[in-house]
Amino acid sequence: MLQYIAKRLLFMAPLLVGITIICFGVMHLAPGSPTDMQTQMNPRASAEAQARLRAMYDLDKPLYQQYLIWVKKLAVLDLGQSFSTDHRPVADKIFERLPITILINVLSLILILAIAIPLGVLSAVRQNSLFDKLTSVFVFIGFAMPTFWLALLLMILFGVQLGWLPISGIRSLNYEYLPAGAAFWDLVKHLILPVTLSAFGGLAGLSRYMRSNMLEVIRQDYITTARAKGLSERAVIYKHALRNALLPVITILGLSIPGLIGGSVIFETIFAIPGMGQLFYMSVMSRDYPVVMGILFIGAVLTLLGNLIADVSYAVADPRIRVS
Amino acid sequence: MESDFRRRFLKNGMAVAGCLVVLALFAVSLLAPWIAPYDPNAIDLTQVLAGPSAAHPFGTDQLGRDVLSRMIWGARISLKVGFVATGIAILIGAILGAVSGYYGRWVDAVIMRFVDVMLCFPTFFLILAVIAILEPSIWNIMIVIGLTGWTGITRLVRADFISLKERDFVLAARVIGAGDLRIIFIHILPNAMASILVAATLGVAGAILTESALSFLGIGVQPPTPSWGNILTAGKDNIDIAWWLSFYPGLAILITVLGYNLLGEGIRDSLDPRLR
Repeated sequence: MLQYIAKRLLFMAPLLVGITIICFGVMHLAPGSPTDMQTQMNPRASAEAQARLRAMYDLDKPLYQQYLIWVKKLAVLDLGQSFSTDHRPVADKIFERLPITILINVLSLILILAIAIPLGVLSAVRQNSLFDKLTSVFVFIGFAMPTFWLALLLMILFGVQLGWLPISGIRSLNYEYLPAGAAFWDLVKHLILPVTLSAFGGLAGLSRYMRSNMLEVIRQDYITTARAKGLSERAVIYKHALRNALLPVITILGLSIPGLIGGSVIFETIFAIPGMGQLFYMSVMSRDYPVVMGILFIGAVLTLLGNLIADVSYAVADPRIRVS
Repeated sequence: MESDFRRRFLKNGMAVAGCLVVLALFAVSLLAPWIAPYDPNAIDLTQVLAGPSAAHPFGTDQLGRDVLSRMIWGARISLKVGFVATGIAILIGAILGAVSGYYGRWVDAVIMRFVDVMLCFPTFFLILAVIAILEPSIWNIMIVIGLTGWTGITRLVRADFISLKERDFVLAARVIGAGDLRIIFIHILPNAMASILVAATLGVAGAILTESALSFLGIGVQPPTPSWGNILTAGKDNIDIAWWLSFYPGLAILITVLGYNLLGEGIRDSLDPRLR
């Protein structure tokens, strides 16, 4: 097992290097110098002062040296300082906003699993039934749905018309005065719409995948064997088939992580949730490059970590993977 | 073979429906100047945020502009973005996939690791980061969506090349002295066109979705140019008073994307019924 993990880590090392190169490359797409932002608006910035500023950020050095300096800082999670007026370290700004983003993504992953797996399994078991057809219509619409539009519609319905759910932020204004139980319920109410919508995008893909996977497994010889030895159809489907059909789902979950993280920009912006996605959006709008690059990097690293966890859990669940 | 394809495609109701949606969109985009009831940018301050009526079937926006007319012109934008972005993605994907699958060994290893690295980035993050630097404009958006959307096509084309390059017709081409480039582009690539076509159709749908999300966030097509996404932005700003601003443009996006998806899957199923 340890050997397998070591092998995966070794495979990830070049990817990590690649991620840093792409981040660095995107950063240097910018025309002019990143310090222009600070000097252009200031008529008193002399040529020497500008040169000094560039030297301070090592912008006077050749590109490969700048890259090495940048990577060295990355290794200790020094992502530089924000261009915004607070000039705080980028890493602090990101990490204080990470928990809520991760919470929403984990909750929506759970929701995706809880809905997509039964949906996929049942439509495979009852292939070509009305249920199966309705599910496939749902899947098609799910693939084509602009989720930010669905968000607007649900906001109109549950927030504006019915007034059941709040449509912005994660806490009510009087949050601090609420007793613990009510405060928790307040948080839950604020999270219902964002989590549902964030899950929606992944639902269609996973239920379709689950269905085709299950159909495949049902045709295998060991299922025929299970039937032949007289097991009930229930035991065949839910014990023998389901377990084997579930295995590859782990990989699919790993693959869906970048989509979820990317989607957080849209949901956190729509629902005014103070997470990493909203910070990213605000930094893009105000051209706060250090924060933009920091989040780009962290987003990619989170994906890499998610894939590692998926690979390792797959190996735990399926011994065949470890050997080959 | 070709008539087989046509027969299977026409028998697939969903695929035909998708095809009709796509054709209707072409028609609307092409005829926009003639069928739009109003100038999409004509401001009428006496008609600000007016609900759907006989004069304005889909209502008006915060400047009194006719939403239906803006949506008809918006169809042009999404078509343009969809096709140019997908064209760029196909060009990159087909070349990298072909080279990777044909040469194998270290060329393949390098290109596939590059694909793996690209897949680590949440695509939306990458697009936003580049747009933050390059200024949002319709051309930049098309280029960036294209530059971040080629990984799937690369893998598809590579897989096709790996199996096709072992075929006899490739050997025959080599025997008569064809060079690598000739074999790749004249002999093998046309045989991989089927999967490229399917990927392209689905890719247009994806690009339209991405463009509308970007425009919705205010980082895409910039007003006053109408796009379905940026009409929705106004919808969000007036969410408690003007539902029509949110409803109709989103429905147009849904139907469009659904149309391309059905068409793409219909082509795939008709090309190779075993894949179903």
